[in-house]
Amino acid sequence: MTSVGIAPVELERPEADVVTAPDTPWVTIVWNDPVNLMSYVTYVFMTYFGYTQEKAQKLMSDVHNEGRAVVSAGSREEMERDVTAMHTYGLWATLQKDD
Amino acid sequence: MAVHGFRRTFGGRLVLRTDDVERGLLADLVTQLTEFVAPDDDPHADPLARMVGIDPDAERPDDPALARLFPDAYADDDEAASEFRRFTERSLREGKLAHARTVLDGLARAGDKITLSDGEAQAWLGTLNDLRLTLGSRLDIQEDSHELFAALPQDDPAFGAFWVYDWLTYLQETLVRALSGFDVELVDPDD
Repeated sequence: MTSVGIAPVELERPEADVVTAPDTPWVTIVWNDPVNLMSYVTYVFMTYFGYTQEKAQKLMSDVHNEGRAVVSAGSREEMERDVTAMHTYGLWATLQKDD
Repeated sequence: MAVHGFRRTFGGRLVLRTDDVERGLLADLVTQLTEFVAPDDDPHADPLARMVGIDPDAERPDDPALARLFPDAYADDDEAASEFRRFTERSLREGKLAHARTVLDGLARAGDKITLSDGEAQAWLGTLNDLRLTLGSRLDIQEDSHELFAALPQDDPAFGAFWVYDWLTYLQETLVRALSGFDVELVDPDD
C-alpha cells in the first residue's frame, strides 16, 4: 500500500528532534472502539481524507487489529482540524507530535 | 415488524421503508439524543463567546457516553485537551444537534417510505452513529457483544435495548452501503 503523508506509528526519533525542529509533524490517530462499524470507518476515511477504498480499508483494519492507526500527518493546526472532523463523524481520534 | 434497511433506487434516491412503530421509536430516541447533546445554555454566559463557539466552562464530561461523543483531542496532555475542548465542544454539540433535528424533521414529514437526499443522508448517518455510541456505552457493548445478544432469551430485561441497538446498527450499515456503493463484505486486507 502507498503511504503518502502517513507516518508509521512505530517510527522512533531522538527526543532532540522536538527541540531542534519546531516543524516536527503532528499526527492524527484514530483509536479502535467496539461500536463503530468497519464499513462506516472506511467510508469516513474515503469521504473526509479522499483516500482510495484500498487505503481506507487498510487503515480501518489497522485501527481494528492494532487498536489504533495514524490516519494523517501535518501541522498541529491541520491535525486539530482532522481530529475535530473525526469527532464530528463520531470516531475516537487524538492528535500528538509524531515522535 | 418487518425490518427494512436503506437502499438506493435506480433513480439514485436513498429510500427506507418503515412503519409507524419504527418511526415513533426512532423519533423518541433522536429526541432524547437532542436533549443529551444540547450545550448548556447558561443565560449568564458570555454571548460573544457563545456566538463564536467558545465555551469557557467546557470540561471533560463525567458521563461515559458523553465522554465518548466528545472525547479528549489530546491523549496525554490534559491542559491542551481542556483548551481544545473550550474552543470546539460547543460547535461539535451544535453540529450533532443540527443533524438530529434534520432527522426529526424528516421523520415528521415522512410516510412509510422515507426518501433522503445525499445531504440529509449525512445527517442520518451522523445521528445513527451518535445513537449507537450512546446506547453502546450504556449497554457496555464490546467486540463480542453480538454473540452474547444472540444467546439472550427474549424475556431478558436487556433484550429490548440490545434489539434497538442491533436495529440501529442495521440501519447505519445499510445506509453506509447505499451511500458508498460497497456491495460486498468488507474483507480484512490482512487476512
